[in-house]
Amino acid sequence: MSHAAEAMLDPARPDPGLFVRDAPGGRAHLDLVVQDMHCAGCLRKVERGLHELPGVEYARANLSTKRVAVRWDPRKLKADAIVARLAEVGFAAVPFDSRLAAALDESEMKSLLRAMGVAGFAAANVMLVSVSVWSGLVTDMDETTRAFFHWVSALIALPAVAYAGQPFFRSALKALRAGTMNMDVPIALAVILATSMSLVQTIVNARHVYFDASVTLLFFLLIGRYLDMQARARACSAAQNLLGLRATAATVIGPDGALRSVAVENVEPGMRLAIAAGARIPADGEILTGTSDIDTSLVTGESLPEAVKPGSAVFAGTLNIGAPLTMRVTKRDDDSLLAEIVRLMESAEQGRARYVRIADRAARIYSPAVHIMAFATMILWFWLGAHWETALTHAIAVLIITCPCALGLAVPVVQVVATGRLIRQGVFVKAADALERLAQIDTVVFDKTGTLTLGRPQLINAGDVASADLALAVALAQQSRHPLSRALAEAGSDCPAVALTDVDEVPGMGLEARLFGEIIRLGNADFAGAGRNDTERHAGPELWLRRGGAQPVCFRFADTLRPDAAAAIGALKRKGFAVELLSGDREPAVRAAAETLGIAEWRAGARPAEKIARLEALARDGRTVLMIGDGLNDAPALRAAHVSISPADAADVSQTAADFIFQGARLAPVIETIEVALKSRRLVFENFGLALAYNAVAVPLAVAGFVTPLVAAIAMSSSSITVIGNALRLNRRGKAAQQP
Amino acid sequence: MNILVFLIPAALLLGLLGLAAFLWSLKSGQYDDLEGAAQRILFDDDDDRPYQDRPDDDRPDD
Repeated sequence: MSHAAEAMLDPARPDPGLFVRDAPGGRAHLDLVVQDMHCAGCLRKVERGLHELPGVEYARANLSTKRVAVRWDPRKLKADAIVARLAEVGFAAVPFDSRLAAALDESEMKSLLRAMGVAGFAAANVMLVSVSVWSGLVTDMDETTRAFFHWVSALIALPAVAYAGQPFFRSALKALRAGTMNMDVPIALAVILATSMSLVQTIVNARHVYFDASVTLLFFLLIGRYLDMQARARACSAAQNLLGLRATAATVIGPDGALRSVAVENVEPGMRLAIAAGARIPADGEILTGTSDIDTSLVTGESLPEAVKPGSAVFAGTLNIGAPLTMRVTKRDDDSLLAEIVRLMESAEQGRARYVRIADRAARIYSPAVHIMAFATMILWFWLGAHWETALTHAIAVLIITCPCALGLAVPVVQVVATGRLIRQGVFVKAADALERLAQIDTVVFDKTGTLTLGRPQLINAGDVASADLALAVALAQQSRHPLSRALAEAGSDCPAVALTDVDEVPGMGLEARLFGEIIRLGNADFAGAGRNDTERHAGPELWLRRGGAQPVCFRFADTLRPDAAAAIGALKRKGFAVELLSGDREPAVRAAAETLGIAEWRAGARPAEKIARLEALARDGRTVLMIGDGLNDAPALRAAHVSISPADAADVSQTAADFIFQGARLAPVIETIEVALKSRRLVFENFGLALAYNAVAVPLAVAGFVTPLVAAIAMSSSSITVIGNALRLNRRGKAAQQP
Repeated sequence: MNILVFLIPAALLLGLLGLAAFLWSLKSGQYDDLEGAAQRILFDDDDDRPYQDRPDDDRPDD
């Protein structure tokens, strides 16, 4: 079989040709995700392996994003060969859909970094001059030199503020236009006033100028803003990789019977598709040939596979776990489940209450307070008989000293540390305000299939089977990609190897092989010759093993609970959260899971609309709900809940709707995320407290007119450093918790 | 104090050179993959020229 044909029949590997873009000079460009790249050795192997291909002109691996960019001459090389070459050197590569990357604005990050560089340069040089002036004030510096130094500061600071202050000016202007207040309004005002007042002071040759305050302020705040954005970009790109890893193509059967690979969005009604065993069904349609079992758990939450035969309707997103099928794509029906989900998603989007971030809420109180205080200071000095210039200077000093340097850092630094800690645990924070919303919850609603359970079959009766039979079955199962075979192979990965010969897979039936001439069969009951009535029927998928003429042995599978599901539910209850189970699965399965886990409040057979109705009822009772779900049927609920979490193997739509994504088979990251959110909120409030305490000391000084630029510089830097140091405590505790 | 007329512009010029170097490094994509850059120093053949520009005998055998 050629590489191309193999790629088409392998459901895990979409055709890379669909993702190739044109590069200048008639070259082709492809971005690949290589998830297993971890070290210098991997990097080297990937790049060297690609450069050895004829026609490859450029191959650069990016270890931070785990992506590889390749540019080559399309006349000499096909895209498949690149993926095949990476497989040869030992890396699984999946084409990355570059349209996903458009969501992440890299140019904005670069412009922030440029502004930071300019502000840093200005801060260092203005500070250099300012320190000379400060020491000159108490020694013998003459007035001409001081004026010269002030002009030098002005020369550096004016263009720097005009350039590096833009992110804040723009944001403040936007907020003012919308009639709201954010932290950037007092920041922008303080920076502009400090700079213009200093310019006036320089012109009239006064003793004090505040250029250093305005540029260091910008520098500190830009650091905070850049870190915040970088942490989110990292989580975002990791989440995009996850989606890219599962991008699949549909295999279309042409009129002449030839197979070709087509991007899922280009599948049209009337096309005939080939569905391999283990592949997701790319579009709604009906079965033409073949009989198989369809796992609909990702779409409906139903844990038992559904048997299909020619004529049965199948839905996009469901998994073919039986034999290969061919299907005809039908027009998408307006009352189909998917259409209902799309409608619900849209209405949930509109209904979602707009959350106002803590920092903005603080700004709504803070900004007017600061501005009133500055105004009062001016009136006070004027009333005491000071010259209006002196009164204005003191008022501006109040604005400068209260400028929310520490407040501006209080939230972003905590966010950055929290996001970094969660990424190390395999949790990606997708929404900027997700941690704040998560800290408010009092109720946790779980979906069952794929969320509390693993969402894939597991061998459940390994203990009842003789170890020799198990080893034999595992050896056979390792030859197949069928989901049940994989589950069996996984369960018995430590079994001794058995030397089988003549292994043959009969599609839709099972596997056959020989052991010392004896025929071994592993497959469905008919294939293995097992009677239907010799054991009680098991309510889930099963495999039978028959060794020669011996009695067949049954292997039973079920979708089992995640290994730490009970512990996680227990931990949530101990923390005082109300826990509910809201599943689309049938009642017995949901009841069993709820009883095992000790969840008193559960609902089975809930359709997407019913899930939303339940969440709305909870919201009416004044509860704030965390929804954890994975299926397509959960997507509207994930959007409607106050905050939501999805596992990494959830449906694309659900992952897009969720605020957090966690990886791995365990639920522990969910608990960890909630803990980090609560700790973050505490730290944010502590930081606000620190910033207020600093203001309580500094503001009276400023009102009294004792604040010189030196005092302002010391006060502002020390408060910023205190706040950053406090935020870093979150990290230290995280590391301590990781150690066993 | 007249020496300041030379020293201050000299200090500023050096600072500006540093800033220009930073902006250049940012533009040429040196901050795109910080983790990768940290690992690349471990490569045996310390050569960051593009692969195809190297003479053939310089290429590793494997």
